[in-house]
Amino acid sequence: MNLALSDEQQLLREAARGALSRHKTVEAAREALEDPEALPDLWQMAVQAGWPGLLIDEEHGGAGLGVFDAMLVAEECGRVLASVPLLGLVPATALLSAGGDESLEAVAAGELRPAFLPARPPGDLESGWTVEPASGRARAEAPRAQVEGDEVVLDGRVAFVPDAPGAELLVAVGEAEDGSPVAAAVPADAEGVEVEPVTRYDATRSLGHVTLSGARGRRLDADGDACADAWYVAQSLLAAESVGAVQTCLETSVEYAKERFTFGRAIGSYQAIKHELTEVLRRLENTRSLLYYAGWARESKPDEFPLAASAARSAGGKALDFAARSMINVHGGIGATWEHDAPLFFRRAELSRRLLGGTHDATDRVAEEAMAAPA
Amino acid sequence: MDLNDTPEQAEFREKVRGWLEAHKGDAPPRSGSSEDPDYIGARRAWQGKLAEAGLAGATWPKEYGGQGLGPIEQVIIAQEISRAGVPGILDGIGIGMLGPTIIAHGTDEQKSRYLPPMLHGDEVWCQLFSEPAAGSDLAGIQSRARESDDGSFSLNGQKVWTTNAQFASFGLLLARTDPDVPKHKGLTMFIVPMDAQGVTVRGLRQITGEAEFNEVFFDDVTLDVDNVVGGVGNGWGTALTTLMFERLTIGFGSESFGSPTHLAETLAKDDAARRDSSVRQTLGEVITDMTAVRFGGYRALTVLQKGQIPGPEAGLAKVTMVNAGITAMDLALDVLGPEALATDSDWYYLTSFLPGLKSAGGTEQILRNTIGERVLGLPPEPRLDKGIPFSELRAKEKEALAS
Repeated sequence: MNLALSDEQQLLREAARGALSRHKTVEAAREALEDPEALPDLWQMAVQAGWPGLLIDEEHGGAGLGVFDAMLVAEECGRVLASVPLLGLVPATALLSAGGDESLEAVAAGELRPAFLPARPPGDLESGWTVEPASGRARAEAPRAQVEGDEVVLDGRVAFVPDAPGAELLVAVGEAEDGSPVAAAVPADAEGVEVEPVTRYDATRSLGHVTLSGARGRRLDADGDACADAWYVAQSLLAAESVGAVQTCLETSVEYAKERFTFGRAIGSYQAIKHELTEVLRRLENTRSLLYYAGWARESKPDEFPLAASAARSAGGKALDFAARSMINVHGGIGATWEHDAPLFFRRAELSRRLLGGTHDATDRVAEEAMAAPA
Repeated sequence: MDLNDTPEQAEFREKVRGWLEAHKGDAPPRSGSSEDPDYIGARRAWQGKLAEAGLAGATWPKEYGGQGLGPIEQVIIAQEISRAGVPGILDGIGIGMLGPTIIAHGTDEQKSRYLPPMLHGDEVWCQLFSEPAAGSDLAGIQSRARESDDGSFSLNGQKVWTTNAQFASFGLLLARTDPDVPKHKGLTMFIVPMDAQGVTVRGLRQITGEAEFNEVFFDDVTLDVDNVVGGVGNGWGTALTTLMFERLTIGFGSESFGSPTHLAETLAKDDAARRDSSVRQTLGEVITDMTAVRFGGYRALTVLQKGQIPGPEAGLAKVTMVNAGITAMDLALDVLGPEALATDSDWYYLTSFLPGLKSAGGTEQILRNTIGERVLGLPPEPRLDKGIPFSELRAKEKEALAS
C-alpha cells in the first residue's frame, strides 16, 4: 500500500510551485478582468518546465510521466490561479500519444501547441458523442467526421474549448456515420478552421468556440477508449486544479479567522466559522483522495478511470464552490469586494463547474458507472 | 502509487488466508443475537482459535501474547477475515482499546492477570466511560468512587452506551475520586468486575428495536486499590490512551456502511429510477463520498506504513461515511417507497441505526471542533470550566438551571 508522492513527484511539485511563484498570477487574474493584455503569457514558462511533454514518452522527447504527475502540476496552477493552458494541452497529448501522431516531438519540445476539443463519450441515456453547446443544457452533437484515407474531414462546432485561442494544433474527436468516434489532429491554420476567442467570468481561462467547416486533419490511430480517455484526463485535471484553489481558499480563510476579532475573540473560535472551515477541509481531503484514485486507476485499472475521474471532478467542483463561498463568508463584506482575492477564486469556481460537461454531468457519470458495475 | 502488498505483506496475507481457509468450518455465523448465550459462547470460542493462530491482538507486544506486528498486518487480518466470510474477534473493544490501555498504564500483576483471558475471549471486557450527562465533555463524568478508611473505594453512579456489558466479565471504568479539584484532575481509572455486588446491567433499546448497548448502574460497589489502573488521580491521562486507540479502531474499520453496490444495483433494476436525473445525482454523490473514504483509508494506511500516526483529520472520514450512508438510505426509501421500511427489508436496519451513529465515537460537532483546532489551528472556544473545582462547577450548573 503506497499512496504517497514519490521523491520525483515531490520535486516536480516543488519545481512547479517555484516557477509559478515568479509570476504575479493572482493580481493578473484581477487585472485581466478589465484588461485581457494584463495576463502574462505563461506558455514559455511551461515549455521551460517541460510540461508539454509530461505525458509524451521519452522516445518522442517527452518525460513519459503519468496523468497523476500532470495533475500535480495542475494543482499548483490552481493554487495561484495561473493561466497555464494545461487543460487544452495535456488531454491533447494523451490522444496524440495514443494515436502515435507525427507531431509528438514538436509538441514535446514546445514548438507546437495543441488543444483538445473535448467530446463526451456516450452514456447509458445518450448514445452519441457530444460536445459543449454554446448555450443551454442540451448537449451538441460531436462534429461529423468523414474518413478519407489517412485524413479526416470534420464539420461541426465545439463551444467553450479550453485553450483553443493560440493553439496551433487542434485535437478533435468527431463521429463517423456509423456513430464510431474518429480522432484527428487538425492544424489550427487549416482551411475551414475558425477559432473565436471567448472569456467568461474568469479571465484566466482562455476559451474558444471552434467551428470546423470541412476542415482537414490527420487521422489518429486511436480507438473509442483512447478518445474517452482524453475526456477523463481533462476531468482529472480540472479536479486537481480545483484542489489547488481550495487549498488557497482554506489557508487564506483560516488566517483571517485567527486575526479578525468580534465580541472580544477571534472569529475562528466560534463554532459557526470553525465548522464551516472544517467542512472545506473535509471536502478538500475527500477530493484529494479521489485524485489519488484517478491517478492510480489510469495507470493500473483503466476500467475504473471513468468512475475515478468523474468522482474526482464532481467532488472537486463542489469543493471549490463551497470553499470560494466560504472564503467570502468568513471575510465578511470585504470578501465580496473587487479588491479582494476571494471573488477571483469564486469566478474560477463558477466557470470551472460549467466547463467540460459540468460538475452535474460528472456526478451523473459516477452514478452511471456505479449502476453498470457488474455485481 | 501502488495499492498492492509488499512481498512480505503478500506472504503474511497468504499465511492468514491459508489458516482461515483451513479453519473457517469451525466459525459461527457472522451475525447473531447478542442475547443468545449459545451464539456468544461460539463467538468467544472462535476468538480463542483466532488468538491461538496469532490473528487476535496481532499488534500487542509478544510478551502479552500478541505478535508485535504493525497496523498494516492488523488491516490485512481484518481484510482476510472479511473475505473468508467469518466473524472476527468478539471483544474488539477489549483487544483494540482496553488491553492496550492496560499494557500502557497497568501494573505487572494486572497485565498477567487480565490480558491472556481477554485475548482468548475467556473474559470479555466493556468500556465504562460515557454517562447520561457526560459524552462529548467526558471529563464531566459524575460517577463517584469514594476512598474508604481501609483504602478500598466505594463506587456509585451510572454509565451508558456500553457495548457487550451484558456478557462482559470486566469493565474499564472512569470515576471521579476527587470533586474538589478541576474536573480533569480528580479522575481515576478502575477495573470493575461486572459480577460484583451492586452492578446492574440493563439493555438499552435503540430506534432499530434492538438493544446493542447497555446502561450500567453502580450502587455501593466495592473496588480494591489493586483495581486502580495508572494511579489515583491520573484517570484522564489513562482515558486519553484509550481514546487514542479508539480513534485507530474507528478510522480503519469503516470500509463502508450500507453497501453502495447494493444501492446502485437496486436503482439500476428500477427503470424509472435509473433514468431519473435527481436519483442519479444523489447516487453519484453517495458513490463519490464513499469512494473518497475508501481511498482516504488507503492514504491513512500509507501513513501508518511509514510508522506515523494519521492525524485527527482522518476523523472526517466518519463524518463523510455516516452522512453518505444516511443519504443512501434516504434515496433507497424514496425509490422503493414505504415497503422499504418493513422490519425485514434490507434498508430497515441502517435507516434506523445511522441517525444515532452520528454521535458515536464523538459527535460530529465535537469532531469538527477538534479538527478545526488541532488541524487548522483555529483558536478554541472560550471555556467556563477551566481551573474551577468540579464541585463548584456542578453547583454553578444547578444554580443556572434554577434561575
